[in-house]
Amino acid sequence: MLHQMEEMARRSGVAPIFDTVVAKVSKAEMGRRSVLQGLGGFVMAATLMPRGASAFTSYPTQGLNMPNGVVNDPHIFVSIAADGQVTIIAHRSEMGTGSRTTLPMIVADELEADWDRVTVVQALGDEPRYGNQDTDGSRSLRHFIQPMREVGASMRHMLRMVAAARWDTDISNTTAVGHEVIHNTLGVRFGYGDLAEDAMALDTPAREDVTFKTDDEFRYIGKGSTPIVDLHDITTGSATYGADVTLEGMKYAVIERSPAVGATVVSVDASAALAMPGVEQIVQIPVTGLGSKFKPKGGVAVIATSTWAAIQGRDALVIEWDRGEHGSFNTPEYEAELRASANAAGSPVRQQGDTEGALEGAARVMSYEYYQPHMAHSPMEPPVATAQIVDGKLEIWAPVQSPYVARVDAAEYVGMDPEDVTMNVTLLGGAFGRKSKADFASEAAFLAKETGEPIRVQWTREDDIRHSYYHTSSVEKIDVGLDDDNNVVAWRHRSAAPSFLSTFVPDEGVEHEIEVGMGLENLPYDLPNISAEQCKAYAHTRVGWYRSVSNIPRAFAVQSATAELAAELGKDQKDFLLEMIGQPRIMDATKSGMTAGKFWNQYEPYDEFPFDTGKLINVINMAADGAGWGQELGEGEAFGIAAHRSFVTYVATVVKVKMVDGVPTVPEVHVAVDAGFIANPERVRSQMQGAAVFAMTAAMHSGITFTDGEVDQNNFYDYEMVRADNFPMEVHSHIVDHPFSVHATGIGEPGVPPFIPALTNAIFNATGKRIRNLPIGDQLA
Amino acid sequence: MKFTVNGEEREFAGAEDTPILWVLRDELNLTGSKYGCGVGLCGACTVHVDGVAVRGCQTPVSTLEGKSVTSIEGLSEDGNHPVQVAWRDLNVPQCGFCQSGQIMQAASLLANNPNPTDEEILAEMSGNICRCGCYQRITEAVRRASTGA
Repeated sequence: MLHQMEEMARRSGVAPIFDTVVAKVSKAEMGRRSVLQGLGGFVMAATLMPRGASAFTSYPTQGLNMPNGVVNDPHIFVSIAADGQVTIIAHRSEMGTGSRTTLPMIVADELEADWDRVTVVQALGDEPRYGNQDTDGSRSLRHFIQPMREVGASMRHMLRMVAAARWDTDISNTTAVGHEVIHNTLGVRFGYGDLAEDAMALDTPAREDVTFKTDDEFRYIGKGSTPIVDLHDITTGSATYGADVTLEGMKYAVIERSPAVGATVVSVDASAALAMPGVEQIVQIPVTGLGSKFKPKGGVAVIATSTWAAIQGRDALVIEWDRGEHGSFNTPEYEAELRASANAAGSPVRQQGDTEGALEGAARVMSYEYYQPHMAHSPMEPPVATAQIVDGKLEIWAPVQSPYVARVDAAEYVGMDPEDVTMNVTLLGGAFGRKSKADFASEAAFLAKETGEPIRVQWTREDDIRHSYYHTSSVEKIDVGLDDDNNVVAWRHRSAAPSFLSTFVPDEGVEHEIEVGMGLENLPYDLPNISAEQCKAYAHTRVGWYRSVSNIPRAFAVQSATAELAAELGKDQKDFLLEMIGQPRIMDATKSGMTAGKFWNQYEPYDEFPFDTGKLINVINMAADGAGWGQELGEGEAFGIAAHRSFVTYVATVVKVKMVDGVPTVPEVHVAVDAGFIANPERVRSQMQGAAVFAMTAAMHSGITFTDGEVDQNNFYDYEMVRADNFPMEVHSHIVDHPFSVHATGIGEPGVPPFIPALTNAIFNATGKRIRNLPIGDQLA
Repeated sequence: MKFTVNGEEREFAGAEDTPILWVLRDELNLTGSKYGCGVGLCGACTVHVDGVAVRGCQTPVSTLEGKSVTSIEGLSEDGNHPVQVAWRDLNVPQCGFCQSGQIMQAASLLANNPNPTDEEILAEMSGNICRCGCYQRITEAVRRASTGA
């Protein structure tokens, strides 16, 4: 998400937020970049077929236009020791989706390395070296599957070149397989270790000379048989997360932050805190308001000799705050403002046909209004970071999704050159978007600088819930016009939601194209008149992105409204959903009345990743068939269905709900996924299982509310999570099988949006009660 | 206070109300037990005291005189406790942060109830939150470790 903010700022003439170092670096040519990188538009790869070798044809993705693009230089990502041990760099952050395993696995497969002889090393935050590292938007695989294949295949070619030279034969007379290069006719062989030094000294070969595997030659790719790299360490407690890095002489910091964003300190009485054993000093951190990007919120830090002492000390601080500009932010009034905004005309993002006219002339208009409050990510690992400054060099260890941005931001925050800053990336104990915003890393850097000591900043769970960058809050208003024969003739969708733009620039109350593109502008229904408008909404807290972002309220609204219409018209929910989608077609922006003239499409090139409603239809049918849609169910049981395309991936979800004493339980879920080529099906299944749990929590429990600018919730007793005593018990993943030629899309987020309306639709079918306001809470009691 | 940690005698001279979680992490550099909430609601800090699972964040050292504490690091010599083996066989973890606590809770459950019913498993594991949502595999791993099936 980050880089789009800078782009937006540049386009609108506002000074770029980012340090100019980033801008300079993104224009430099560092190492070998994919032949496809261009400035602005997409440059098609030369489709030269290599001499007698099989190759996959490169295709463009948005990866090329991310800051620092993609890097496919084998020298950067692979090194081989004399004993044959292969080290592969993982440059994308690991927060549970498996990219630290899957991307190196792809390298190893093309390299024909034995996975048991591979060591994976996490990269530092260094995009000029590794290419883009913003691990968000479900795109690590989508953007890097090709470069990682190129890395592996190039290195394999280099090894063959060395062997061929030693044998004085043509490279075509060699085969690289199973960690060795073999002479085809003589049968003699070299292990990779024997060839390594000479191979790595070679220049990277031209892409057209390199051989790539055909799909049937994959050993690891597509098999789902490669366990995650850290599996053993995780089961023995030896994996390193953010709080597990200990430095000599390290002190511990716990911070009391502004209760409302921008609230300033009037007075601090630290006497009780300072009297406590282990508490050493108090340091104030400057307060920032909205529009400060990822600068720390500010407040008062307690520095102590242990985490426990720091927590106790922080709790003993007596601080008087001036609540400031957002100190009268109260959720009930805010909800009313959003509803009022969404019920008046907004600015159009789509105008297909004449929706206003069609609504006016309709026999009747059905109106549906859906509300969602802010939500906090609450990953199991609260934010934490460790920093020290030694001889003018700052070094940070943190669980960050965007390590290079975090490094540059921390450097700027403490007035240092990013060249003097090192960002080490630990494992992330979950993130869901929270750790893209590394305010916690900047806090650690600041306190290390102020105290002159190594510092670990530990966020408590209360800190995590009260000082997040929340998922937006929204009202989605849908008005549907029906003619005399009950045909749907018009569909108008209005959205009022504060934008994450408010975190970057002065808030104008308008949504970013990313947020508009996530299910507001691209309704895939075959209707003559469709309009979408975004209505003003201002932010009064830090708004960020949360797993699947604005797709959540949009899919909730669209799929609920569709189900409500089906019920109104006495039609089967699934049949009606398919009726709305109509015939399979590629959605055409020019025929859809797009105000921007195109679909946002996750910034992916539309020719390569078009919106194919046929794929949506297919996953709907797969999920429905898998679930046995239409069968007689037991007492209190019902199915609900929903489908949504997000992150250029198509997902349909059927939830089977069983009401038990007024509480929804979920014995079964069927998820059908079309994510193009699947590199690691095992991680796709785990992501779908996980997304179901995550989404059930959002649907049942997740709501962050505000009183006088301050978050009302604190910990897991008032911000509840789905637990083992009631979770989606059996999630069946039906994964559409595609060859590599069907571009890999993304998997971390797409499972979330359709689950929520599938659940609430099932609840309606079981109980007759319609949920229009999230979370469900005790609405069913 | 004197107590053993993973079979070794330890002495802690700090504040008696210090939860064992922080003694393990900050004093003994045993960072396998995690901080997730500090109020005993998430289970990430689960350790064993005399073979029974407790929440480390709610167990002050004042209660541990003469007792035996086991953390994830001490659950087995080589990481091959049946629960740990089942965990790896079923590829349970996603981010992995909650898993030490999950494993310790499961190990205690099975030590005290070797063949739990499904209902017992779900109830016993319900104090351990997994935000990544691995419950389906967690409960399957507990089942597998219990019956070997």
